[in-house]
Amino acid sequence: MAITAERRDDFPILRRRVHDAPLVYLDSAASAQKPERVLAAVDDFYRQHYANVHRGAHTLSAEATDAYEAARTRVARFINAPDARSVVFVRNATEGINLVAHAWGRRAIGPGDEIVLTVAEHHANLVPWHLLAAERGAVIRGVPLGSDQRVDLDALKGAMSPRTKLVATFHVSNVLGVLNPIAEIAGIAHEAGALLLVDGAQAVPHLPVDVQALGADMYAFSGHKVGAPSGIGALWVREDLLATWPPFLGGGEMIRTVAIDRSTYADIPMRFEAGTPAIAEAVGLHAALDYLDEVGMQAIWDHDRALARYAIERLRRVDGVTLYGPEGDDRGGIVTFNLDGVHPHDVASALDVRGVAIRAGHHCAQPLMGALGVRSTARASFWIHTTTDEIDLLADALGEVRTFFAGVA
Amino acid sequence: MGFLEQVYRDAVLEHARSPRNRGTLDPYTVRQEGINPSCGDELVLYLRLQDGLVDDARFEGHGCAISQASASMMTQAIKGRTVDEAEALIGHFKAMIHGKGVDPSLGDLQVLEGISKLHARVKCATLSWVALDAALGAAAAGTAEAPQVDVDAVDAVDAVDAIDAASG
Ligand SMILES: Cc1ncc(COP(=O)(O)O)c(C=O)c1O
Repeated sequence: MAITAERRDDFPILRRRVHDAPLVYLDSAASAQKPERVLAAVDDFYRQHYANVHRGAHTLSAEATDAYEAARTRVARFINAPDARSVVFVRNATEGINLVAHAWGRRAIGPGDEIVLTVAEHHANLVPWHLLAAERGAVIRGVPLGSDQRVDLDALKGAMSPRTKLVATFHVSNVLGVLNPIAEIAGIAHEAGALLLVDGAQAVPHLPVDVQALGADMYAFSGHKVGAPSGIGALWVREDLLATWPPFLGGGEMIRTVAIDRSTYADIPMRFEAGTPAIAEAVGLHAALDYLDEVGMQAIWDHDRALARYAIERLRRVDGVTLYGPEGDDRGGIVTFNLDGVHPHDVASALDVRGVAIRAGHHCAQPLMGALGVRSTARASFWIHTTTDEIDLLADALGEVRTFFAGVA
Repeated sequence: MGFLEQVYRDAVLEHARSPRNRGTLDPYTVRQEGINPSCGDELVLYLRLQDGLVDDARFEGHGCAISQASASMMTQAIKGRTVDEAEALIGHFKAMIHGKGVDPSLGDLQVLEGISKLHARVKCATLSWVALDAALGAAAAGTAEAPQVDVDAVDAVDAVDAIDAASG
């Protein structure tokens, strides 16, 4: 079922104006706007059911605990995890990846061990491994892009060695918009005896995700990019792995017994959730995933890809535009570009004053900027509520922006 | 005048197109790097100080029209001024760019006032000024190779100071 413009009504913020113009929100890849249903679910939870989880002996606490655990089950179903026990709530994809680096990495990685990353990773999937490698004396192996701006799978195969312990890579690139062939990458990682961690931050909002079919060992994503509140995300880990990991943070909720000088730890997943979690945010995540299933993940993916094709066609015809990223059926709704002679920040400001919100900068992907031979870029990203009219507006505005800044830079 | 034209005044665009005082100095009293980590823009400021005066100032680096114009106009404004005057100018510039009023001593720099209305871009304008502030501090301490400053960190403190000043 195709997505129609009526879906815009699901997002209250789209009614607001920015600089006296209707808001054109083309920055969903940075963070997604919130459907009414999510706002209502969070509001109702605070008004009717709120209390701390897993501790009180009273009715509200039991209701809050049920709601929190129902959200965990919902996440498991959404990404087809075999069991909710293997889903850990975290703040965001970044924390999920850091959790793996600490709980798994500090024991599993030793001097000379190798971690394989691609040049197109978000800093969230680079820096935790830099920290771990520095601490453990491990080696990072970088995999370049091929000439088609997709991850070079032959180079990936070449980067694998008997010392490779981990391959960590994106599912959808936040700059190139391209879908990484994860199932194939899983085969390469596993053949070498390495684990595969997938950064799903840009995939879960946009296409059907089945962690089992992908063959991933670990999969992380952020709630705020799927229309949930910020402050909640999830990390899925193969249960046989997760069960053997030591805690990440210590405190309440994650213990079994505590004496003055020692403690024993709870089972999974609670072992990894020290302290009061983001409770209402988890409820919001539940509502967001319900909403996405109602719209249909395949429909969203088809919509995103059609918009990307349209935007590429439209922007290509604007003088001075350079586009980045591959074209094809594996290209999602992220279109990164530069306007000749105009700094991306100036492009973003000139669009902002027309109500058009885009991202400009290095997109937390400095190694990729280097590989593309640029310091920064502009990026328009699409979601359920994006229309071709909005893309037309972007393209028309870019022509005028170029004239305005002619001769600068 | 449209909103965009109020931010990017003709004089701002003109400085961005042909920045003054671009380049390096040799010898210099202090060399100061400034960085805006959220966008990756970098600037290197060179100062030659003599008898309490800013004898010469140059900058290199890359960035948007606002950061380039701001650095260009700043070097122009401080050349030939005393170090004390330059320091006072830093305070006035930051006040203006955080929307706290325009001191007449800012002179030509007042064309940058419109940027105060584009909150997302304030740091682009302050990058060179934060570098200048750090450079003068380093020079006073006798350091020629000053450690890099981060406009994100400094501007966050300045913004809180501005809110405190306004509410208190
Ligand atoms: C591909 C990718 N990975 C990781 C992240 C980090 O997400 P978060 O900041 O929510 O942890 C992002 C978001 O910016 C992303 O686009």
